Amino acid sequence: MSAASPRRSSWTNGLFVTPYLVVYLVLLLYPLLAGVWLSLHKADLFGGEAFVGLENFGRLLRDTVFLQAVRNTFYFVLLTVPPLAVIALGLAIALNRPTRAAAFFRGVFFSSSVLSVTIVTLIWRLVLIPDGGLIANVLHMAGKPPIPLLSHPDLVLPAIALTTVWWCLGLPMMLYLAALQQVPAELYEAAALDRASRWKTLTRITLPSIRRTLVLVVIIQCVLQFQLFGQAQLLTQGGPNGASRPLVLFIYEVGFRRWDIGYAAAASEILFGLILIATVLQYVTTREKEAVR
Amino acid sequence: MARVRLDHLGKSFGATAVLDDVSLDIASGEFIAFLGPSGCGKSTLLRMIAGLETVETGQIHIGDRRVDALAPGDRGVAMVFQHYALYPHMTIFENMAFGLRNAKVPKAEIETRVADAARILEIERFLQQKPGQLSGGQRQRVAIGRAIVKKPDLFLFDEPLSNLDAALRMRTRLELAQLRRRVQATMILVTHDQVEAMTLADRIVVMSDRRIQQVGTPMEIYARPANRFVATFVGSPPMSFLDATLGEGAGGLARATLAGGAAVDTEVPLAALPAGAGWRLGLRAEAVKVVAPGAGLVDAKVEFVERLGDRTLVYLRLADGSAITAEDAGTSRAAMGDAVGLALDGPVHLFDADDRAHYGPLA
Repeated sequence: MSAASPRRSSWTNGLFVTPYLVVYLVLLLYPLLAGVWLSLHKADLFGGEAFVGLENFGRLLRDTVFLQAVRNTFYFVLLTVPPLAVIALGLAIALNRPTRAAAFFRGVFFSSSVLSVTIVTLIWRLVLIPDGGLIANVLHMAGKPPIPLLSHPDLVLPAIALTTVWWCLGLPMMLYLAALQQVPAELYEAAALDRASRWKTLTRITLPSIRRTLVLVVIIQCVLQFQLFGQAQLLTQGGPNGASRPLVLFIYEVGFRRWDIGYAAAASEILFGLILIATVLQYVTTREKEAVR
Repeated sequence: MARVRLDHLGKSFGATAVLDDVSLDIASGEFIAFLGPSGCGKSTLLRMIAGLETVETGQIHIGDRRVDALAPGDRGVAMVFQHYALYPHMTIFENMAFGLRNAKVPKAEIETRVADAARILEIERFLQQKPGQLSGGQRQRVAIGRAIVKKPDLFLFDEPLSNLDAALRMRTRLELAQLRRRVQATMILVTHDQVEAMTLADRIVVMSDRRIQQVGTPMEIYARPANRFVATFVGSPPMSFLDATLGEGAGGLARATLAGGAAVDTEVPLAALPAGAGWRLGLRAEAVKVVAPGAGLVDAKVEFVERLGDRTLVYLRLADGSAITAEDAGTSRAAMGDAVGLALDGPVHLFDADDRAHYGPLA
């Protein structure tokens, strides 16, 4: 009896996991493997499939459009993730107090996150366009000519990054707030009695206490921003001249405009690999630091 | 070491007053305990002295300096928190050195001070570990060590023993008493545990209901509680109270007559007492003895018996319904339902209708 019950409970436990396991296998693992399989073929969206080995990957490495998209994507991640991590932290620290005003501003800064990408790009188009946009109007009042933010190859990605930071700020801010509220008030009181300055309190008490959340925010944002698509597609269609074409847009164009889905699948695998490397790298470096400390 | 002076301190959280006109003078090097039930304001008072709560009315002086407008770090105080409040990501050494580094103490001096404190508290072998790797008792020592290294004028302890199990609490209590002799500083301990207050403090400040009820040495508080609250809160089991009427006894001293007609002589001159009714006689359990029925002052029925080994507490009910607790020998034969007599053998306390205690002149 006593020997049988744990055994029975172990397979009933398995039963509870099954629904999710099925969904996971069918919707995640299968497409992942099918994608790898597809990336080794010359395949048309409407039929015809021939095994070509690694040729798709070879083609990609010689494809200047693809390489530009990779560069764009990395540049965009660099433009968005550090500002998101830092600005959200600053907002969270500023708004981590039990006042009504703080609660109001928490709501305000989070509200942009609930908008769809369509709305966000619509709003920012009104800000960014040189022909009567908000920024152009402000410049006009200062007597300056408008800046073509969305059609200048050097300014277009920063403009999309600005849009993205505004849009994505809410979630990391909330994650930080949740973490900050877990820090015991006694620690700050002890620090006050220990004559810690504001800067010391931030660097020696607050940041170490929410370190895991910092890492989480950076990883989540990397994964998200590597997959930039909607903002670029809706604001610029990747232009001018591919200057704002990210990897996912490249994949979309190749797969669904040129129907070359084997080639698109290969590009997807490379994106998957890049995200995987970036997150694992962060995870490993922060874990090593923890072991040293 | 410094003298500490609290002048007419008041504090409220929103509409709720938490401290009301608290004044106290603490001598340099004195060990003071703030004793009281939860919510009496004792922790708030300690935190106001530390600077963690603002002072609304009144003043605080530590030594010659008025400190109530200073930042916590500038007051020359160190505090041991109830939950230790050690910095979890710093080593024990860094925990103890953090305050000194912020105060720009030279590195060599920091190392000597931490090493000295670690030796006194026997935590030397933990210095390179994190608080998470230590047991509750060890963390408590680190928290005390972090306070010692600052060489403060004033130590503040906020219920430092309440997180420890019974055995460890007793040991740490002894260590605190010894620490007190090694470290030259004024100390304030907040506690709701009368044993801690009685054993550690030079003077106890009994607090209740936002105010100081009584300030005195442990034995003063025990032998001459100023009012019914102090009499009930200090001493275990709590003092019993019986309604009484006053008359004149031998030598002009007040004689209290109980409901059953039995008379008890007090040591308070009747002339010194205010006129009026509603008097109560207060009796500690050790002053009430169990005797054969009819042989004592008054008869009672045993309701409950608590055997503590060395002594037995007998909970009794008198004919008029009032309850009283007596102490008997460890080998007591009293049993529930027994009819017994009660004899008095010890001091009695007299309380007026406003619950104030009245005492005769000190012998």
